[in-house]
Amino acid sequence: MRFVRWLLGFVFLAGIIIIIFAYLRIEPQAKLMLYLLISFLLSLFRVLKGPTPADRAIATDIFGILVIGFCGILAVYTGRDWYMDIAIAWALQSFIGALALAKFIEGKSFDE
Amino acid sequence: MNEIIALIFIVVGITFDMFGCIGLVRMPDIYNRLQASTKCVTLGTCGILFGVLIKFGFTAAGVKAFICIIFLLLTAPVSAHALARATHRSGVKLWGKSVCDKYEEDKDALS
Repeated sequence: MRFVRWLLGFVFLAGIIIIIFAYLRIEPQAKLMLYLLISFLLSLFRVLKGPTPADRAIATDIFGILVIGFCGILAVYTGRDWYMDIAIAWALQSFIGALALAKFIEGKSFDE
Repeated sequence: MNEIIALIFIVVGITFDMFGCIGLVRMPDIYNRLQASTKCVTLGTCGILFGVLIKFGFTAAGVKAFICIIFLLLTAPVSAHALARATHRSGVKLWGKSVCDKYEEDKDALS
């Protein structure tokens, strides 16, 4: 049963990757953005499913990191500067949010 | 030539991001998940931003990408360590097949 679940997940992911790489007729940069969107969906799956609250905190942290990379790819793809401003602001906000979530999970108040 | 090197860095970064997120779904334990998914910060997103730096050169956007790389390299291990410590202190058990837990052994000596 465990092996069947592993095989189903592997076939699903590999199928999506091969379909995007070989059969979609779009530009190469758009293909890169679609690969990044798959990893967004995987981290959102962990946010929805995760057994403990700490799982969701870690998944939201990784989600913020992925948004920074997505802003970088958009800056290359469209050639505009201000996407990097969004990336820096999101990095600051993600760090503060992760520390606040760590305090909240530990069960202490913020000035302790 | 610059654009090809930048594209190579961006492709490597996206590959590591995908591997980190697959590890986030696949691993059995919260500590294993944290260890697998924090790898996608340093080589994944910093690889993408380094590609942006190579593509734009030292213009405004490139320098902003460089600042963002330094900030991520400084703060991502700090936040990961804070999350792992808070998780361990809130009482989440390790996976059944984990070998050793040094923080649990040292907790009595520390407090």
